Amino acid sequence: MTVDLSQLFEFSDYGALVALLGNSIIAGAVLGIVGGVVGYFVMARDLAFAVHGISELSFAGASAALLIGANVLVGSMVGSILAALLIGVLGVRARDRNSIIGVLMPFGLGLGILFLALYPGRASNKFGLLTGQIVAVDSPELGSLIAVSVVVLIAVAILWRPLLFASVDEEVARARGLPVGALSIGFMLILGLATAVSIHLVGALLVLSLLVTPAAAALRVASAPLAVTGLSVLFAVISSVGGIMLALGSSIPISPYVTTISFAIYLACRIIGSRRSRSTSSVGTAPSVQSPAHSSDLHSVR
Amino acid sequence: MIPAADAPTLELRDASLALGGRELWSDLDLQLRAGAFLAVLGPNGAGKSSLIRAILGEVRLRAGSIRILGAARSVGTDVGYIPQQRLFDRGVGLRARDLVGFGLDGHRLGLPVPTRERRGRIDEALARTGAESFADAPMGSLSGGEQQRVRIAQALISRPRLLLCDEPLLSLDPGHQVAVTEAIDDYRRETGAAVVFVTHDVNPILDRIDQVLYLGPRGHRLGVPRDVLTTDVLSDLYDVHVDVLDVHGRIIVVAGTGDGDHLVLPAHSESTEHPASPVGRQGTA
Repeated sequence: MTVDLSQLFEFSDYGALVALLGNSIIAGAVLGIVGGVVGYFVMARDLAFAVHGISELSFAGASAALLIGANVLVGSMVGSILAALLIGVLGVRARDRNSIIGVLMPFGLGLGILFLALYPGRASNKFGLLTGQIVAVDSPELGSLIAVSVVVLIAVAILWRPLLFASVDEEVARARGLPVGALSIGFMLILGLATAVSIHLVGALLVLSLLVTPAAAALRVASAPLAVTGLSVLFAVISSVGGIMLALGSSIPISPYVTTISFAIYLACRIIGSRRSRSTSSVGTAPSVQSPAHSSDLHSVR
Repeated sequence: MIPAADAPTLELRDASLALGGRELWSDLDLQLRAGAFLAVLGPNGAGKSSLIRAILGEVRLRAGSIRILGAARSVGTDVGYIPQQRLFDRGVGLRARDLVGFGLDGHRLGLPVPTRERRGRIDEALARTGAESFADAPMGSLSGGEQQRVRIAQALISRPRLLLCDEPLLSLDPGHQVAVTEAIDDYRRETGAAVVFVTHDVNPILDRIDQVLYLGPRGHRLGVPRDVLTTDVLSDLYDVHVDVLDVHGRIIVVAGTGDGDHLVLPAHSESTEHPASPVGRQGTA
């Protein structure tokens, strides 16, 4: 550790760096909020694997944009929305969905690597799309990251109740007349946008650390929807902003810092959660007596 | 509490339903007035759950019509629905009171506004089914019976005029069975709601129902329990000889299979005695 330490943590002129990369920190905070909020629904809808699939297609879109000289953020959004719609339309049932994602993911990753191999520009640009980078986010790019994030947050706020209802209790939501299918597609679009912006911070391979890990950690220690979401946002912002602050002083990409912080938070929440459930668990949750609807009791008289 | 314009709460006329090319039931005529309690019985695959889905408007009839409170389409909160039990996993970020809240305003846009009135209504609904002690517990931490009590509260909170219950007692222990049945029946008496209760075992609700609809392999029969649950009627519906026994006030249905063995059939329990059932899986995907 001592040998690598100066490479991992180097804090001379730190204040100047923070001032220089203030935009990155703002971007990190905004993406943390988006990841935390959307992550709660990702968990409620059991879409963690879909996040990974979308991010690879998003990576393909971004590298295609890099190759042809188009806007990289637009490229990643096109890729991820395409993937999100494909998964949403073709993967209504969980089993179908997982196989579609499993098929799309390597295809997207392969395409992205092809485009990057053809791209003649700087190697750090290439690497950054996969593993994340602190771009010295210039103001126009920061503006569009924030704009997309605000769209995502407003959409989630508007759809909150029906989306949550349909996510956790689909049958009753459908019986109530909610457009369950349309809500599902709508959320896939939201997820596509959230994934596309997250890629610019942590990279395609590690998007899960913002869109899944914080929410999974929050679910270990809370169960009220707003409490889970609030904690999930807090964890995601700590991970992303903390990751940027630590990465500033090193030559290593940002993602190891982000993923390590969010993983540490998850571990802590697991420990807290299991302690708590052991101390308060199951008052009056005696195992229910199996009803005699099943084979061996068929002849018995009740 | 009295339905407008004196329309029946639920009315089916000449209704027929086919799924995957197989006819489940046909020419079904049914009228439920306010306060009616109907039990729907029959073997697996007879179309009991499909009847509920048809009333909810999720599957289309092949012929005939369904009207709820005189209207061709159900009106959101006027219909309460208790689905076949599917347990919540641990780790779902949802408390009992959140699930009940969906029954109140889950169809509205935006975030729930935590008013005192909203909280009061949720507490009241939970208390009605004896679920108030675990109102703030995560759904995934509750036992099957506890989750079912929360489900009833969710269905009752919007004060529905029609309550559709799909096997609400399945895999509940006797204590929870009684609690769930009482909560539903008390609500019906208080508000004059009509209840459709799909079950494979009529005994827990036998002295509360006023009509039975038996969906059999060969047609259906509707009437008061003592007219429908008879040896003659059920033998007719199954096209094999069936004995209906009354054992200390409980109804047991037994079919002679011809080789000396006996099968116990719905009204009491599930059975495999249904030659047509595998067909339903084929057809257009």
